[in-house]
Amino acid sequence: MERIDRLTSVPFVEETALMLSSLPPIVLLSLYVSGLALISATVIGLPLGAGLALRPVPGQRFIVLLIYTGMGLPPVVVGLAVYMLLSRSGPLGGLNWLFTPAAMITAQTIIALPLVIGLTMTAVEAVDPALRLQVRALGATPAQVMGAVLHEARTGVMAAIVAAFGGIISEVGAVMLVGGNIAGKTRVLTTAIVLETRQGDFELALALGGVLLGLAFVSNFLLLRLGRLAGR
Amino acid sequence: MRRLGYTVSSALIALALLLSACGQSAASPTATSAPQTLRLATTTSTDDSGLLDAILPDFEAKYNAKVDVVAVGTGQALELGSKGDADVVLVHSRKAEDQFVADGHAKERFDVMYNDFIVVGPKEDPARIAGMTTAKDAFKAIMDAQATFASRGDKSGTNTKELSLWASLNITPTAEMKWYNALGQGMGETLTFANEQEAYTLSDRGTYLAQKDNLPDVVILVGGNSLEENKDKSLLNPYGVMAVDPDKHPGVNFDLATKFVEWITSVEEQQKIFDYGKDKFGQPLFYPSSAAWKAAHP
Repeated sequence: MERIDRLTSVPFVEETALMLSSLPPIVLLSLYVSGLALISATVIGLPLGAGLALRPVPGQRFIVLLIYTGMGLPPVVVGLAVYMLLSRSGPLGGLNWLFTPAAMITAQTIIALPLVIGLTMTAVEAVDPALRLQVRALGATPAQVMGAVLHEARTGVMAAIVAAFGGIISEVGAVMLVGGNIAGKTRVLTTAIVLETRQGDFELALALGGVLLGLAFVSNFLLLRLGRLAGR
Repeated sequence: MRRLGYTVSSALIALALLLSACGQSAASPTATSAPQTLRLATTTSTDDSGLLDAILPDFEAKYNAKVDVVAVGTGQALELGSKGDADVVLVHSRKAEDQFVADGHAKERFDVMYNDFIVVGPKEDPARIAGMTTAKDAFKAIMDAQATFASRGDKSGTNTKELSLWASLNITPTAEMKWYNALGQGMGETLTFANEQEAYTLSDRGTYLAQKDNLPDVVILVGGNSLEENKDKSLLNPYGVMAVDPDKHPGVNFDLATKFVEWITSVEEQQKIFDYGKDKFGQPLFYPSSAAWKAAHP
């Protein structure tokens, strides 16, 4: 009963209206930060992952171990490291990135990288080695070989990208620390959810969680569509 | 094969363009004559109470500034200041603030306002503390009854105050005390815990009042219904403001930070602090206490 009273009480409605009006920029910023981080991680991670699978380097096992360990890195630890780096008293303080989306993108790129590299590597390793030989025999350059193998492994590669996106769009530890959850500037969906929870607005926090889930659904749908387009 | 490369790269470029367009609209909602930015590190209590939303627009309009509020625990807020990552800090932990000045991170600390702490707990009140005059007595009774107690456990100003109360009883809470729960969370979460677990806790009055509707089983047991009724003066909770020293941290916006300190301690703004919350809670959430205010209201 009291719950219902609260839901229909004026302050709650006002608060919800207020929250709804500030929702579009929050959603856009979430997409912007995680989207750019995903692009950066993909651009860096795909060639690295494929390269590691196609041409093992000295110390390969150790590197792989590091990458797998990186998949389990808590976002808040990455956030802390990025904070120390970007702090005015840190080595990269001159960039003035702390508490800006740039800092959040940096942190999320680092979180996403091991996922992209590791899963791409696994996907490429599963491709029949005969294909590589065949393509090479046809006179393909190393880049073309990599392209062919990645194409063959596209389902796994897409899974790598989707997993990385899921990891960063939903993380809160790093963006809270290096972004600061500043209203209208660095507040994203996950930090807004923490804020509403802290203030006791559980219903609103849950609703925001629903928005986040919807966003992830649509993004993944588009990513998979893109993957299928690329596969044709 | 080539087609894959083209499709993926063109799609990525299109996505990047789209996102950077989104980002621009998201990052700069108002693009007027480039306001200066002031970074304020403060506690969750000032932000969650809604006070900052109510008073900061005045400052932003007056000085064509944009205030970025980073609301964290007192410990983290001071840490941000001591690394030069905030221009001004507004917190409530007197000892830590004095240390901040002593360490040279700020030249001076100024009184801004105060509110008070209260001891809240379950209606059933198993430790029978309702009506006690001091928090110290109440804490003693809670311990004697081994009644469930929720602590912020996050080095916040409230947590520091709570630990000093235990220390006055010569007690250092440890994990062995089954009735004592150090949560490591904010005031809101701690009050929610108290409500669910029928636990006692120390809360600032503002956060309790703001969340009262969500806390049907938690009542005020020590501290009365308003700050005036609070008989335990050791429960007063003063807030101080400090501009981070540019000699130590050259990157800070000292000019604007100084203006902020002057502004928030001015009689006019202090009155606004005093008025905030009266309509909603029937009492102020914060009581002004700057030197200028005291001079004007002896």
